[in-house]
Amino acid sequence: MSEEDGDHHSSEATSTNSLSGSHPPDQVLETVLESVLQFLTCRRDRNAASLVCRSWHRAEAFTRSELFIGNCYSVSPARAFARFSKVRSIYIKGRPRFADFNLMPHNWGAHFRPWVSAMARAYPWLEKVYLKRISLTNDDLALLADSFHQFKELELVFCEGFGTRGLSKVAYNCRQLRVLDLSDTEVTDDNVDWISCFPEDETCLESLVFDCMENDINFDALERLVARSPLLKKLRLNRYASMRQLYQLLLRAPQLTHLGTGSFGLIENVQNMDDNQECNYYSSAFAACTSLVCLSGFKDVMPVYLPSIHPVCANLTSLNFSYTNINPQQFRSVIVHCHKLQTLWILDSVCDEGLQAASETCKDLRELRVFPVDADEDIEGPVSEVGLQAISEGCRKLQSILYFCQRMTNEAVIAMSRNCPDLLVFRLCIMGRRQPDSVTGKPMDEGFGAIVKNCQKLTRLAVSGLLTDKAFWYIGQYGKLVRTLSVAFAGDSDMGLRYVLEGCPRLQKLEIRDSPFGDAALHAGAHRYYNMRFLWMSSCRVSRQGCEEIARSMPRLVVELVRYDGEEGSFMEGDSNSFTVLYLYRSLEPPRNDAPESVTIL
Amino acid sequence: MVMRPWDPTTMISCYARKQNHSRLSMAFQGDLNLEATELRLGLPGTGDHERRTPPVGVGVTKNNKRGLPELEDGHREESTRTTKTQVVGWPPVRSYRKNCLQPKKTESESGGGVYVKVSMDGVPYLRKIDLKLYKEYPQLLKDLEEMFKLKGGEYSEREGYNRSEFMPAYEDKDGDWMLVGDVPWNMFVTSCKRLRIMKGSEL
Repeated sequence: MSEEDGDHHSSEATSTNSLSGSHPPDQVLETVLESVLQFLTCRRDRNAASLVCRSWHRAEAFTRSELFIGNCYSVSPARAFARFSKVRSIYIKGRPRFADFNLMPHNWGAHFRPWVSAMARAYPWLEKVYLKRISLTNDDLALLADSFHQFKELELVFCEGFGTRGLSKVAYNCRQLRVLDLSDTEVTDDNVDWISCFPEDETCLESLVFDCMENDINFDALERLVARSPLLKKLRLNRYASMRQLYQLLLRAPQLTHLGTGSFGLIENVQNMDDNQECNYYSSAFAACTSLVCLSGFKDVMPVYLPSIHPVCANLTSLNFSYTNINPQQFRSVIVHCHKLQTLWILDSVCDEGLQAASETCKDLRELRVFPVDADEDIEGPVSEVGLQAISEGCRKLQSILYFCQRMTNEAVIAMSRNCPDLLVFRLCIMGRRQPDSVTGKPMDEGFGAIVKNCQKLTRLAVSGLLTDKAFWYIGQYGKLVRTLSVAFAGDSDMGLRYVLEGCPRLQKLEIRDSPFGDAALHAGAHRYYNMRFLWMSSCRVSRQGCEEIARSMPRLVVELVRYDGEEGSFMEGDSNSFTVLYLYRSLEPPRNDAPESVTIL
Repeated sequence: MVMRPWDPTTMISCYARKQNHSRLSMAFQGDLNLEATELRLGLPGTGDHERRTPPVGVGVTKNNKRGLPELEDGHREESTRTTKTQVVGWPPVRSYRKNCLQPKKTESESGGGVYVKVSMDGVPYLRKIDLKLYKEYPQLLKDLEEMFKLKGGEYSEREGYNRSEFMPAYEDKDGDWMLVGDVPWNMFVTSCKRLRIMKGSEL
């Protein structure tokens, strides 16, 4: 079942419009169909509806207003826009996720240009653009700002390639802008004061997120902007925002629901107060924000100021402390107030103790992410199986977990599988490669086996530690709903990968690195690749010949071989038979022509 | 080769005489590079992971820095806590996140750091730093430079501040302003109440 909007099983429906007028009953039917179908919002339902017959295909295409492109190279803009003529919002995803970890060259691809140029012609009424792992330039943003007069929402996640000049165009030209969100996105400093480019009168802004920006902004302009944006609900400042600036903004916008606090540590030399007085001073501003439910930032935190957020803790549903290096006691003093918390992102500096404190208070927790302060393999970590066990016992409603640690046991993982049966996402990263159970010395097979067996709703899984083919057998046997699987330094032989490819019918995204899977396994999965978004294999045992055979036997598959040295940050010279990354994906188009020299497309 | 009593510095200088610059840098990289200090009779560079050509047709990188022990001939046992060569992109934490985090905390279980306010002439905001995170003056000065984006001069125990535009001063327990570096480090940590970075022109 394809989940993208370029589906391969239906015939190429040319939208011949039946409004040539000769068959009134058909026309009535189509009109009725369209009126009904426009209530379908879920894209999977829409994909299913479009397969019923030509007439439904047409009607569905005509009424689809949200277009989702899961892989920007799986379909061309021209083809997508020819089918869907009334799109108002578009989601495009580009690079594969493992590219974030320095395994692909920066110029690999995923450019916005062809999409925005085509959209400018096809959808002049476009309102929303959401891009993930896409490269875009200032010119692309300028084109966007000039082409769409009703443009309302721009969200860029893990993107790069542009700067403040492009942002200023968007701020200036998009007069109906409601959302401007930059998350984990690199923005170069073009020395342009983009904040000052927003229109002078009242704005429609509801969300302004720029916490990832590494350059200073004109604070006075920001304060005036916030003052004239009565609908503003989400504001996330970058680390250059000081405590005083934050304070002033909170006074201007007590209606905020989502706040990114900036540094929470940069202080101004304005007041001659001692620490306690300063805390009370700031906490009065927080106390006025009675709608605040989501707090993040704290990028340079001075722990002594943490008490100033106490007034809002009881209402918080989401807290992001993942840049906040605080110890267990400092964390506990905050978390004990957060009874309603559903999402918690923290650093492992809070230790098992901190996790224990969270498990005691946050009974409604749905999502937990624990990041490492020290992303190193050879150290004693501050969190372990103890923290995981505590969380599993206290937070029974947990649905999603990402946990970095240095040591883990099967027992704790099994406990979590039993205590938290609602898990949808289980991502455990034991940082030492091929680390066994730290108590028994055995592989971690049983732990992950229990997860796939007991958590029957599981859709996303990331495994680590010492794993034999048995672990993969479990995944193939029980992981019937798994859509995304991430594997690193695991498995014994081709059988491991075969178990997964043959056993997991819903598998869409499979990313594997440094595991002993070779050509035989690659070929065993051939029947799956047209039904998957992509397969990534890096530093495994597949050979160039094996890849060539797959490419030959599957014409709608694009097979890319990348030769990139992440450490040197450059194209790898040498033997043309060797490569570091195999990345293959289905596509309706011939192979792209924008690949750099380190990429060979078979 | 004469066997000397095991002394890490001796071994390192021995390698430096014979060879390779990169060996030296490897020796200082990371806290415990056991290989650099291992007692051997052979020349440096033997029995080591140098570049080797992979078998033809196998998708393995030439550079063995990726550390794939199961692809080698099997005589290297993978034990759990030996120092491993760094691998690209592992653990899978994005570099933005890694770069954002503060310098490593040393063991401060009591949770009590020695926080002092740091101000700089002409700059409207001030910072607070934890003196317990540092072990010596050069570390502290380097951080101050980064924090306030200063062009640093050179500091040495003997000569004091050389060719620099700023002078860090501190207020001690008695309320006197002293130049940072005048007293031994430990005494400084216990007596420093606040720091002030003064512009060179005032001196």
